[in-house]
Amino acid sequence: MSETGILSSLVAIFAAIGRPVVGGFASVGRVTLFALRTIQRALTPPWYPLRLFEQLFQIGWNSLPVVALTAVFTGAALAQQIYTGGSRFNAQSTVPAIVVIAMVRELGPVLVGLMVAGRVSSAMAAEIGTMRVTEQIDAMVTLRTDPYRYLIAPRLFASVIALPVLVCIANVIGIFGGYLLSIHKLGFNPASYIEMTNSILEADDIMMSLVKAAVFGFFIALSGCYAGLQTRGGAAGVGRATTNAVVGAFVLILLSNLLITLTVFG
Amino acid sequence: MSDQPKIELRNVSKSFGSNHVLRDVSFSVAPGESMTVIGGSGSGKSVMLKCILGLMAVDAGQIFVDGEEITGMKAADHDRIRAKFGMLFQGGALFDSLPIWRNVTFALTQGRHKRTSDMRAIALENLERVGLDKDVLDLRPSELSGGMQKRVALARAIAPRPEIIFFDEPTTGLDPIRTDVINKLIVELVRDLGITALTITHDMGSVEKISDRVAMLYEGAIIWSGPVSELRSSGDVHVDQFVQGRADGPIV
Repeated sequence: MSETGILSSLVAIFAAIGRPVVGGFASVGRVTLFALRTIQRALTPPWYPLRLFEQLFQIGWNSLPVVALTAVFTGAALAQQIYTGGSRFNAQSTVPAIVVIAMVRELGPVLVGLMVAGRVSSAMAAEIGTMRVTEQIDAMVTLRTDPYRYLIAPRLFASVIALPVLVCIANVIGIFGGYLLSIHKLGFNPASYIEMTNSILEADDIMMSLVKAAVFGFFIALSGCYAGLQTRGGAAGVGRATTNAVVGAFVLILLSNLLITLTVFG
Repeated sequence: MSDQPKIELRNVSKSFGSNHVLRDVSFSVAPGESMTVIGGSGSGKSVMLKCILGLMAVDAGQIFVDGEEITGMKAADHDRIRAKFGMLFQGGALFDSLPIWRNVTFALTQGRHKRTSDMRAIALENLERVGLDKDVLDLRPSELSGGMQKRVALARAIAPRPEIIFFDEPTTGLDPIRTDVINKLIVELVRDLGITALTITHDMGSVEKISDRVAMLYEGAIIWSGPVSELRSSGDVHVDQFVQGRADGPIV
């Protein structure tokens, strides 16, 4: 291979690495600007309280079944795993403590975040994306209604409000799932199980759970709305937007979860 | 000033990357006039409308509405200008989550709650103007045929009584009879309500029925404009080919 040939293939390799990196930073910038613009518009009237309630119902109430099921199954499985693992060094009695800590600090917020992201981010991206490609967003602007205030802000706020509530419910149900399995299968004493759960749980843990939930709620709506608004190119574009919304929400949730955990405990 | 144009474009250019969608486009529309811009698919017609509506920013040039320059205007001022416009989108662009009557009154309520009985009355009045009746008030857009959706979209565009109305391919996808119904409606609305109309289309039948003046956009530039009566004797080979709908000619 000639010298220029080697040089140009080297450049090609760097370009192949550089392009997605630059593209990634550009996307982060665009999403951030989008978030700031939405917040700025949302703080000035007109407000749409009816749209907010509609979204609270969609995001909060309609997510309850899937959140409850996820929590109860995970709590029970967790109790069994801790029991089996703990029995290797005679630590079976730590089941209630570890279930409550794991559930409240990590699994409750993360699992609810992921489940709701799957349900809600995708739905938001598909709905707003379809509105985009059928020119309904443009029509809204010509009818002098700001899509950021009318469509995006209610979704963002509803999601930030609904997620902490859902996570609280999931925490309780998850701990209850662990309790049920421990009492009925592993032979724990109900009274001492509850007492141990109570004594290990601190206000800070609940606080952390709620903060994580609110942050995840923000990212769920942000990812869904941003992908929806960026949609180009018909039905295939809506499909891509839906995928991007869910993947984006998942990555943001898992990354911010790690960062919050490291900030508090690291 | 009576000779002040309602809409005026001066040397407007717009490109997406290396694709020059509009090149140095200049024309004006007089008050109460029905102007039609013709041109093939992808000739920049829709982009031109979106620039006038402020949905897209122009790269160069100026756009005036009632003598006021709107290019580079602040958002709040732009909103005031937008109150003068109504727009009929190609696919109707009705809000499919809302019933017909809420769609028609959307410009008046702007998505907020107003007295239902008043709003329904206004919706009905505008629907009757486009030949629909109270049976459609509570239906959803998806329950209507394409032609009816277009009429509802027209009712929505005229409900706030705009001074200027844009028609983006108003007859595309309609059968010949529905096409004629829409053409007649456009003529009636422009005449009865004194609205200034700017239409973009490639339907030649509709051009001759609804326009006072015609301009042709080709590769992003206006290559001919004049009264509709001179359209068939323009002397421009591109216009002739387009008007006669021939596959052979300078446009490929």
